[in-house]
Amino acid sequence: MKIDHSQPLEYSTDQNQLNILGFWIFLGAEIMLFATLFTAYFTLEGRTGTGPTPAEIFEITPVLIETLVLLTSSFTIGLGVHAMRLGRKNAMITFFTTTLLLGLVFLGVEIYEFMHYYHVGATYQTSAFTAALLTTLGTHGAHVTLGLFWGTFIILQVKKRGLTPETANKSFIFSLYWHFLDVVWIFIFSFIYLKGMM
Amino acid sequence: MDFLQRFAIPHPSPAIYASMVAIALVSIAIVAGLTYYKKWGYLWTEWLTTVDHKKIGIMYLISALLMLFRGGADAIMMRAQLATPEAKLLDAQHYNEIFTTHGVVMIIFMAMPFIFAFMNLIVPLQIGARDVAFPRLNALSFWLFFAGAMLFNISFVVGGSPDAGWTSYFPLAGNDFSTSVGTNYYMLAIQISGIGSLMTGINMCTTILKMRAPGMTLMKMPMFTWSAFIANVIIIFAFPVLTVALIMGTTDRLFGTNFFTTGNGGMDMLWANFFWVWGHPEVYILILPAFGLYSEIISTFSGRNLYGYKSMVASMVLISLLSFLVWTHHFFTMGQGALTNSIFSVTTMAIAVPTGVKIFNWLFTLWKGKIRFTVPMLYSIGFIPLFTIGGVTGVMLAMSAADYQYHNTMFLVAHFHNAIIPGVVFAMLAGLTYYWPKFFGFMLNEKIGKSTFWLLSIGFILAFFPMYITGLDGQARRMYTYSESTGFGALNMVSFVGAALMAIGFVTIVWNVYYSFKHSSRDIGSDPWDARSLEWATHTPVPVYNFAKVPQIRSSEAFWDAKKHGHQLFTGKQEEIHMPNNSGVPFIMGMIFFVCGFSFVFALWIPAVVSLIGIFVCMGLRSFEKDHGYHISVKEVEETEKLLGGASK
Repeated sequence: MKIDHSQPLEYSTDQNQLNILGFWIFLGAEIMLFATLFTAYFTLEGRTGTGPTPAEIFEITPVLIETLVLLTSSFTIGLGVHAMRLGRKNAMITFFTTTLLLGLVFLGVEIYEFMHYYHVGATYQTSAFTAALLTTLGTHGAHVTLGLFWGTFIILQVKKRGLTPETANKSFIFSLYWHFLDVVWIFIFSFIYLKGMM
Repeated sequence: MDFLQRFAIPHPSPAIYASMVAIALVSIAIVAGLTYYKKWGYLWTEWLTTVDHKKIGIMYLISALLMLFRGGADAIMMRAQLATPEAKLLDAQHYNEIFTTHGVVMIIFMAMPFIFAFMNLIVPLQIGARDVAFPRLNALSFWLFFAGAMLFNISFVVGGSPDAGWTSYFPLAGNDFSTSVGTNYYMLAIQISGIGSLMTGINMCTTILKMRAPGMTLMKMPMFTWSAFIANVIIIFAFPVLTVALIMGTTDRLFGTNFFTTGNGGMDMLWANFFWVWGHPEVYILILPAFGLYSEIISTFSGRNLYGYKSMVASMVLISLLSFLVWTHHFFTMGQGALTNSIFSVTTMAIAVPTGVKIFNWLFTLWKGKIRFTVPMLYSIGFIPLFTIGGVTGVMLAMSAADYQYHNTMFLVAHFHNAIIPGVVFAMLAGLTYYWPKFFGFMLNEKIGKSTFWLLSIGFILAFFPMYITGLDGQARRMYTYSESTGFGALNMVSFVGAALMAIGFVTIVWNVYYSFKHSSRDIGSDPWDARSLEWATHTPVPVYNFAKVPQIRSSEAFWDAKKHGHQLFTGKQEEIHMPNNSGVPFIMGMIFFVCGFSFVFALWIPAVVSLIGIFVCMGLRSFEKDHGYHISVKEVEETEKLLGGASK
């Protein structure tokens, strides 16, 4: 395996470069996936049938906590990648762990939020609006959950194998994924919650 | 007993029982044969665990041919039922199931693997790469397609086939009107193979963008690679839409959500829109690689460079953009209003312009060429007029006001078969004949091949042109019978005769493979067609590493210029070659996906959850795996090269 030392570690081999480009293309497909979900949501948000409307069920507090936590986690993973570029393994692991913990808090609050919807009578079966809402949020939440496992695996590998072209590549790609989830959340926050509460 | 009841066929008929027996016998025969000839190990190490793009391509090819016969059997049954008025061969329910599975099998499980077969076989060779960017992901793509195809195909013996049409419009496809598990099969089987297609899209785009041989700029890529690239870009943008639509359809059916229902705010038209936002680009995913194959074949057998290379690329890019802007033309009659319909009429007609450019480019390539009428060339020449007729009737359908007459009639059926059969199927058969020697080491018999072409062409014209007439006269599609007083009887009989000719034509392909295997010369060299692009610059059969030395490219017809103008393709010293390891995980994951899909179809929650966990465990294990591939030493490469006939030209 040829390692090009003029590049950052995560770009240093041919396979690494392929992996990063491939993942960017995958994110392109993910954008289409969420775009479709948003389209469905905007089409169906007014179609509440006999169920509640968005304004009746949205609560600002948990949503604000989720937003704050997820945005911060995006920042900490940025710090993690920065530490990785400086070759500071322990600092990187700390930042990645912080990121995942924040992700875990996000997930906890989201589960609380879902229970709240259930209690106020907005279940998956209630109306087209609730189905679209819970599918969009749920898809994002499922991505975060998967990310928690994936991130943990990567931290374990960095811990055991150190910063190699492979582990650096995986960590960098994971950070792309995590930032992407943050971007999607910004859209969810603005166009689902804020719009729905107005 | 109650539990087992759900697996029973809701509408059994002798034909289905016969199929059950046939499936059981064939399965036993395969297992017995593999055991008797001690081929299990060979099957596992050479095929099930392979990550080699050539072998994956061959597996796609075999699956596609099998599915062609599966879908063809559906087709001939439909034509037989309609051959005479008020025939009793099939009842309404059975007919519904057959036209549904015919559509799904032909598009998703025949045409898609066929184009993936050629992408896998040809693209890495045309760009001078050793494999695709992610060989293991490529194997996973194949096994997901395979799992989806098998899941879909067991539907007619376990639980019942889907019967809501290949478009599966809601509310018809909802629980109220489609009570059997058939539509569950539809949702899950297409979902599984669709995920595989999306992965192929990512894989191929990365491969084409990053792994081209030195000197091959984008505008020096062979035309098939260009077409594959654009088709894969469309896949990346179109398939996620299908993924979401199918998830929603699945939850509507399994968990009682209200996306596409008629109550509680549900909107059935949302499905129709999502389906066609994927479905229309999907037909271009199929046709563009077909155009690519025609470009290769026409330029090879005219002995000329492809005319208008840049305009070919530009028109494909334009088609790919327009393909996302026309979906509403599939339901002009479903109440959008005049303005929307007019806009989509215009965008639809606009597609005829870049397509027309391509047709003229092919004609100008032929112009003054030294044409050799080989079998692949016959298909290409037949394609141009036949496909043009399909295109012209497409423009007729694009006129939204007139569409009220054509909608849901046999006219439409004639149109899209007129586009798909000369467009895609002929291209696949032309490509099959053209590339057969590269991968199997012998040529297919030209004489039998030509009779196949004539049988298929004449059969196609007889089968589908009468439908234009009955369609305009008002014969509805998807109706299992019609009365004698309509007067459609004679023309439908002509259609049946045409379909029978086509069936004979497809059988001659099998005969051709068998005959050529027995009698064809094995001494064909590496370039039997005197071709132009890079895939012919390596040995036949292609060694596992494709090219011993990475080729240096100076033009879009690299191999031709190497032969005629003395360009040196292979220079420099032989180096060690790095190759990826085989892995059984993609196959295992495919099987788990199959179990998972099956469990969801029948709402068996425990196996469903267990198999989902199994999928994630496989992904987790992959994350921890250390897999650096293996190296082929210089000595080994040199020995292989010597064995295959010295360094290639």
